[in-house]
Amino acid sequence: MDKNTYPEFVKKTSPKTRKLKTMLWAFVVGGLICCVGEAIKDIIDKYFNLTAVQLSALATMSMIFLGSFFTALGLYDKLGRKAGAGSIVPITGFANSIVSSAIEHNREGVVFGICAQMFTIAGPVIVFGIALSCVAGLVKLLIIG
Amino acid sequence: MQRKGNQTYIFDNPPYIIGAYSVVGPKEAEGNFGDYYDLRLENDTFEEKSYEKAECKMHKTAMENAVNKAGLTFKDIDTIISGDISNQITASSFSARGHDAMYLGLYSACATFGEAALVGSMLICGGFMDKLLCSTSSHFSSAERQYRYPLELGNQRPPAAQWTVTGAGAVVIAKTGKSGAPRITGGTVGKITDLGITDVNNMGAAMAPAACECLYTHFKESGREPSYYDLILTGDLGKYGRDMTRYLLKEKGLDLPETFNDCGAMIFKDEQETFQGGSGAGCSSSVFASFIYKQMSSGHLNKVLLVPTGALLSKTSSEQGESIPGIAHAISIEVL
Repeated sequence: MDKNTYPEFVKKTSPKTRKLKTMLWAFVVGGLICCVGEAIKDIIDKYFNLTAVQLSALATMSMIFLGSFFTALGLYDKLGRKAGAGSIVPITGFANSIVSSAIEHNREGVVFGICAQMFTIAGPVIVFGIALSCVAGLVKLLIIG
Repeated sequence: MQRKGNQTYIFDNPPYIIGAYSVVGPKEAEGNFGDYYDLRLENDTFEEKSYEKAECKMHKTAMENAVNKAGLTFKDIDTIISGDISNQITASSFSARGHDAMYLGLYSACATFGEAALVGSMLICGGFMDKLLCSTSSHFSSAERQYRYPLELGNQRPPAAQWTVTGAGAVVIAKTGKSGAPRITGGTVGKITDLGITDVNNMGAAMAPAACECLYTHFKESGREPSYYDLILTGDLGKYGRDMTRYLLKEKGLDLPETFNDCGAMIFKDEQETFQGGSGAGCSSSVFASFIYKQMSSGHLNKVLLVPTGALLSKTSSEQGESIPGIAHAISIEVL
């Protein structure tokens, strides 16, 4: 076996992810997290008189809080082990990526630890998010008007 | 000392292993070798403020107790030869700090224990030193943050992944010892072997060619058959890597007997969900200093070939798309 044939052979024989099981977990957990989000939105709507924009912002913030809270309790990673994309894709997963990095680097101090390191996982998402929103804004301004 | 071929050594006066000590974390303690470890931690922080400090404390504890078990003090030890997989091998050098002995820090990733035992044996057989301390360690949580992601990140581990062993193992090797003590009778220094694997989540596949090269060379140059040994153990190839090594050797015309296995594949139980098993510089050393050493001392095993395996990558090298070079060093330990 040489450098050309070995990687191919490994690709073929390596243990594979059980796709159906993984997707089912992701679907159910991802769906449940979204249900929680919708429920929070409905509850806030019932008790406070807010506009639709305010309502969705508040619901999003609540979900970010919950994602961070369960990360701090050491539970979100356990959910993620099973749910995969189901708990990574919702905004709670985004919160998890920032808070987990912050906790991890706590021991290296506030400036070089927490502040410098907290965006190591979430950084690319933020960069692409900002860059694409600029593009979308330009498209709206120049083409749609 | 006899040099056989290019890479293999058979010692005329094999050095004795006169003391051994192992420290492991709680997950390892629940694994297959639970009863054999000398110290089983209830908490993997070991009452320290960081995982790096915890690894140091484990390593230091293993070193000091191995010396005690040999009935010696650090004044009797000529040189400490150790290594680990933390950045700049701080766990080893910080553990040696404060001891009045010479220090040689080594790095062959998870194959370091093999390298340390071989270099140590050569120094003794060459007449340069009398008593040496060889040790390695790794810690799941410090390795995870260095090579992978934060502990609390909710990501999924791929099925080819392994679990870094939280453990430290230390042995004292000496020119003289009691009869019946295990002796390092020889070994084979490995060559770096890279067959182009870039997947950092499949270390077993990356290291298997190096293990294959080292084992094949050992048997060819030493003239020994695989059946010569009661047990042939690679370091931390995991289940997939172990099976791949067996396959690669079979392709070369060398059939490994049922006595062949892998420390990483054996250290955890299936229900512990580590997938392919354990890895890390502390994997082979803690298994050797516990299970193998005790089985040999009690006469249950007489001839063991230990082949610690290492993946010589860094986070930067893999981010730059480099393939993962593997290394393996074989040490033959016998009760004569």
